Amino acid sequence: MIELCNVHKSFGHLKVLKGISASVARSEVVCIIGPSGSGKSTLLRCINGLESYEAGDILVEGARVERELPSIVAIRTKVSMVFQRFNLFPHRTALENVVEGPIYVKREPRLEALARGRNLLAKVGLAEKVDAYPAQLSGGQQQRVAIARALAMQPTAILFDEPTSALDPELVGEVLSVMRKLAEDGMTMLVVTHEMGFARDVADRVLFIDGGVIIEEGPAKTLLNQPQQARTQDFLRRVLHPL
Amino acid sequence: MEKFLRDATEFVPILLQGVGLTILVTLGSLVLSTILGLLWALMRVSGIRALGAVSAGLINLIRGIPIIVLLFYLYFVMPDFGITLTALQAAILGLGIAYSAYQAENFRAGIEAIDKGQVEAAQAIGMGWGLTMRRVILPQAIRIVLPPYGNIMIMLLKDSSQASTITVAELALQGKLIASSTFKNTSVFTLVALMYLTMSIPLILLVRHFENRASGR
Repeated sequence: MIELCNVHKSFGHLKVLKGISASVARSEVVCIIGPSGSGKSTLLRCINGLESYEAGDILVEGARVERELPSIVAIRTKVSMVFQRFNLFPHRTALENVVEGPIYVKREPRLEALARGRNLLAKVGLAEKVDAYPAQLSGGQQQRVAIARALAMQPTAILFDEPTSALDPELVGEVLSVMRKLAEDGMTMLVVTHEMGFARDVADRVLFIDGGVIIEEGPAKTLLNQPQQARTQDFLRRVLHPL
Repeated sequence: MEKFLRDATEFVPILLQGVGLTILVTLGSLVLSTILGLLWALMRVSGIRALGAVSAGLINLIRGIPIIVLLFYLYFVMPDFGITLTALQAAILGLGIAYSAYQAENFRAGIEAIDKGQVEAAQAIGMGWGLTMRRVILPQAIRIVLPPYGNIMIMLLKDSSQASTITVAELALQGKLIASSTFKNTSVFTLVALMYLTMSIPLILLVRHFENRASGR
């Protein structure tokens, strides 16, 4: 479904991605972990063309991701994204946020889109909040609206860029449980996260990235419980036992 | 005071004809400067380097020329190139062009004040540049842009008096004509000042309303 082959990317002189190759199969949940600045967010942002890449190939259902070409629109409607800082449209209500893409990009009939939007908001537990503006919602509620907005595009995969990092600790759970439900429904998910518990319980596979390369990858439980590489072990020790 | 009131009843009807033209010049150049300013601003933020450079160059060129010179140019020089404008056309065009630079900088500041995450969220649901501007950026930028826009309206109203230099018989010129034929300078120019002030007050209140709304949410 998503294939990365030897992807390179730099910001000026700084090499951020140094030959990343990976793939995500349909209905698979893959978590990307790694220290900050390791290139994991950049990698995610290359997949839907928010960033360009200089070398290698990124394919989404066989179509090459090129942010300068018109074909990027089709890819973006197939691969949705959920951001760390939610990025909801503050001048639109929860429901308007959700139906914006379906109505204005996919040109779905308005009433159909609205009905589906309401269902999606109900699915993420926000049936009561359809008419609330983002500023009236908690961080966890905003992120759930953002997930509904991503789902509204009827994507084949969703990219999550540290979806719980900007949340107060007590709000993390409500977002993770929505994501867990999505995974159970068979959604293809690529998740950059620091939530090791979520990665262990929900992910099929985990990629550990450091310094722009994949240091280690494998089944979630294996990699997180018995990491083989020294850098992975070191990273996990510092994340799991910060003191 | 009694004398002033007597002069007022005599002069106000004539000055009101000038007020009509003042409003016409102000509104005309407001519309023109808004359209041009939005165009320059959108060129500037288009991400296309050539368009951005053209817009930046134009804005600096316009900003560097005094309005009065721009008006002289349009009214007195253009006929040499076979383009003859009426005084009113030249005034609206000149003020519209001159103010488009300020409008552009205001619009650009408003657009650039919107969080980058908004653009990314719009792109991530497949929106192109136009749709992103129309549905996401401009509706948010307008809140930021409106209070300075109101101030520009007030400045434009007052600067419309410069049209008098190219024979547009607006309020300032009517005042000057009456004053020079009656020598009642005090009465006439006090009336002129009061009339400008009267037109400004609704605009000043409008700016305050915009400011309250902008800080509201």
